Amino acid sequence: MKPQTDEKALLEGLANNDKKAVETIYKDNFNMVQSLIINNNGSSDDAKDIFQETIIVLYEKVRSGTFELNCQIKTFVYSVSRRLWLKRLQQQNRYSSPGDSMENVVAVDEDIEAHEQRNTEFEMMEKAINNLGEPCKSLLEAYYLQKLNMQVIAANFGYTNADNAKNQKYKCLMRLKKIFFAHYKNGNSDE
Amino acid sequence: MNDTKLLETVERYIRGEMKPDERLHFENLRKTNAEIDQLVVEHTLFLQQLNHYGERKSFKSSLNDIHTDLTEQGKIDSMRLKGRSKVVYLWKRYKRVATIAASIAGITTLTISALVWMLSPKPTDNLQGLNRELEGIKKEQQNQKAVVNNLKDQINTDKKAERKSIQFKSGGTGFLIDGKGYLVTNAHIIRNSINIAVFNNKGEEFNAVVLKTDNVKDIAILKIEDKGYKSIASLPYGISKTVSDVAEPIYTLGYPRNDIVYSEGYLSARTGFNGDTLSCQLGIAANRGNSGGPVFNHNGEVIGILSTKETESEGVAFAIQSKYIFDAIDQLKKDTIYQSLKLSSKSSVRGMNKQQQVQKIQDYVFMVKGD
Repeated sequence: MKPQTDEKALLEGLANNDKKAVETIYKDNFNMVQSLIINNNGSSDDAKDIFQETIIVLYEKVRSGTFELNCQIKTFVYSVSRRLWLKRLQQQNRYSSPGDSMENVVAVDEDIEAHEQRNTEFEMMEKAINNLGEPCKSLLEAYYLQKLNMQVIAANFGYTNADNAKNQKYKCLMRLKKIFFAHYKNGNSDE
Repeated sequence: MNDTKLLETVERYIRGEMKPDERLHFENLRKTNAEIDQLVVEHTLFLQQLNHYGERKSFKSSLNDIHTDLTEQGKIDSMRLKGRSKVVYLWKRYKRVATIAASIAGITTLTISALVWMLSPKPTDNLQGLNRELEGIKKEQQNQKAVVNNLKDQINTDKKAERKSIQFKSGGTGFLIDGKGYLVTNAHIIRNSINIAVFNNKGEEFNAVVLKTDNVKDIAILKIEDKGYKSIASLPYGISKTVSDVAEPIYTLGYPRNDIVYSEGYLSARTGFNGDTLSCQLGIAANRGNSGGPVFNHNGEVIGILSTKETESEGVAFAIQSKYIFDAIDQLKKDTIYQSLKLSSKSSVRGMNKQQQVQKIQDYVFMVKGD
């Protein structure tokens, strides 16, 4: 089935982090996923977790630029959510096969594998940043995530000038890189 | 170029902020300096990771915002589970656990019952033995029952025999001395008795009270205090003030059993046991229950109160001389209430034969019972 044009627009909106597009996708798909989870031993909190993770999968897929949607968003979301939930159940030893038919499910194994890889990386980075401590954490987040320029950062963090802030940022970055790559190399050698 | 500057340059290169000639220069530097090349690769990867992290983090928080917004706007179901859906949800969530629990319970039950069945002794032979034993026990019980019944019967008959004497521990005979209900009897009959009943020969019962007892002379004066008693105008017999002559025939009426009994004899001696001057000796067949009975002479006069008998020899009894009845009455008369008490010394049955005398007299001889 060819994705319809408005779905394509939605995905483009998602890729550009357009709030309206994200909201629409959310609104159109959440109830479906929620009933799937709840009908299979889950709670509404589980449903929220799984659905948001699914949307992240979709988001990252769209942002990678290689995404060719060859089915409806609904089908993709359903397939990913179902897959993620089964994995969660297996981890908790509460496995029970969802009674739904397989008809509207597409193969998402690769997507999920990629997602899991990014998940580990995300967790590594999160752990590394949380290990930094203040003010390094806020300083780096301001520069690299919020993309603020050095003058503003220097003013916000009470540095006398931008060079001082840069020096401080450099030291923080070196520490973060050290922590992150220690985990990253360990993680990769484990695999 | 210090490290800070170098890194800044690398970042600018990665972000593509360099001008074309600077970029060309830097790329040449990369080719010649492996260390810088390594740094670029590494930092590119790192910045990528950092970007991913940032993007996902902000996207996640925006998703949370959206979720909250949409829930507030009611565009998605807020799964606050209520009523039936909650039950269904709980059932779905825990049905596996419940199933497992149920199976374990079932298996346990089966195992226990199997164990009990296996370990419990096989019943058949023992049961038969038990049956026989039970049969034996039954028979034994029947025998015991029979014995008990016999005993019961015995007890019942005993009871019947003892009934009167249980109610009235002592019994004897008494006779009227005045038609208004004054009786004379032996003091020993009513000793320790609280309630006294007298019965005439028709079996009528009257309550009586003790007016006077003289334990030395063994005389007691009773009075019938009963609504059912009707005063008698005159008694057919009188009371002699003197003792008759030896060998005079005498007779007595008494209640050695429930019917009035007549027996006759003679006056043996004018004194009693061991020369007792209060009494006289009679040759008469007397039994327990005859105590207190009147001793009549042939004229139908009371000459004494039959009181004791000699234990060692048959047919020997002693009677209290009748003159002491007068003494007792005289003492009683000191109380003004009993002033009207009058003893007759004349007998109206005088000259009658024994049958006729007894016929007249027997209605005034009473059985006395005390508890």
